[in-house]
Amino acid sequence: MSEATRMLPATPGQTIGPFFHYALPYERDHELVPPATPGAIRLHGTVYDGDGSPVPDAMLEIRQADPTGTIPEVEGSLRRDGTVFTGWGRADTDTAGRYSFTTVEPGPTRGSGAPFFSIVVFARGLTNRLFTRAYLPGTDVDDDATLAHLDPAERQSMLTVRQSDGSLRFDVHLQGPRETVFLTFPGHQA
Amino acid sequence: MNAQQPGLADQATISAEIEKIQADTKNGDPQPRRNYSPYRSSLLRHPTKDLRHADPEGAELVAPVFGPADVDPIEADLTIQANGEPIGERMSLTGRVVDGQGRPVRNQLVEIWQANAAGRYIHKRDQHPAAIDPNFTGVGRCLTDDDGVYRFTTIKPGPYPWRNHVNAWRPAHIHFSLFGTEFTHRMITQMYFPGDPLFSLDPIYQSITDQAARDRLLAAYDHDLSQHEWATGYRWDIVLTGSHSTPMEQEHE
Repeated sequence: MSEATRMLPATPGQTIGPFFHYALPYERDHELVPPATPGAIRLHGTVYDGDGSPVPDAMLEIRQADPTGTIPEVEGSLRRDGTVFTGWGRADTDTAGRYSFTTVEPGPTRGSGAPFFSIVVFARGLTNRLFTRAYLPGTDVDDDATLAHLDPAERQSMLTVRQSDGSLRFDVHLQGPRETVFLTFPGHQA
Repeated sequence: MNAQQPGLADQATISAEIEKIQADTKNGDPQPRRNYSPYRSSLLRHPTKDLRHADPEGAELVAPVFGPADVDPIEADLTIQANGEPIGERMSLTGRVVDGQGRPVRNQLVEIWQANAAGRYIHKRDQHPAAIDPNFTGVGRCLTDDDGVYRFTTIKPGPYPWRNHVNAWRPAHIHFSLFGTEFTHRMITQMYFPGDPLFSLDPIYQSITDQAARDRLLAAYDHDLSQHEWATGYRWDIVLTGSHSTPMEQEHE
């Protein structure tokens, strides 16, 4: 193994704790596009614990491509002026455990499988962040390397569900019979 | 005021659980255990299945971008956000953010939040009867520079009680939220101060079972960073977990 591939030991993660609300949420954090934008959709859902109770002190972030499959690398995620799509957003859950983003549907990125929203979940009681993906409804699971290795129930946990109002629903189950599939990436230690 | 709440374990019970898990652990975990029963809130909030291995692709490979338009430089000084001086020990806090291969994370967002010197958060759910400091919100942001260096001026936080068990007190800490060069680097952690007597009693700190890994969360007092009649200095470097990138990709950077 060469020097270049030897990893430094990583700093451990820790829980976000109960008191992040006055620090991390900010104005229009969950609006990747303004709600009136043509093509705007809502990506929303509820975060549940192992008892099926909603988690009111969780925070989600999404990272995504635009509808053409381009992943933006532009400033403007914290001081949103309503004109720049940065492909990143943040939403804390409300007292009923619900979160909501206003965004656009991601397109397929070059050289990758099915389009998805990359999601990271933080919560009080969750000692380290969790990554998952929210795929679009109708995704051909056999065309995606990650989905293809999951059993049907596990695949279902990573698919968004189209609602009658056109929005996309994605519930996160931290634990339990409908537990969401969470991901770890090469180089991650735990 | 000090009435014990029914159903809460005492410290001896929690400490015995911590010791048993530690004794049963052959090699310590470099990251916190998600299932860590002494931290009661983890019981219903940890996944029971192993995390699935995935190759990062698409949006996972690209970190969000933040720039001067997103962050005002005064947000890095938590002592000037109100009309007067906050109470407590003023401190300069700095360090480097690097990826798993030691490369600086440049121009990336660092967010911090913390209790005031009395151990109280400006949060409606924090009912700890300690003083609220009207001159201290405990919230800061900055961007790393070209060497991956962040810098804050703040007040040393106090320890505070929480309701995990009877007489539970968190060691003094500052919460850090960090981004890397890929979205897979995203993490939130807590920075602690050396020599805190609460470490062995605290289930959140102890959820990391490897001592060397725990030590990575400790800032170091740096006398050269301290300033005469102004502030003490602390230094804390952060290594983000797990770059996926291969040496071949590095050559094209």
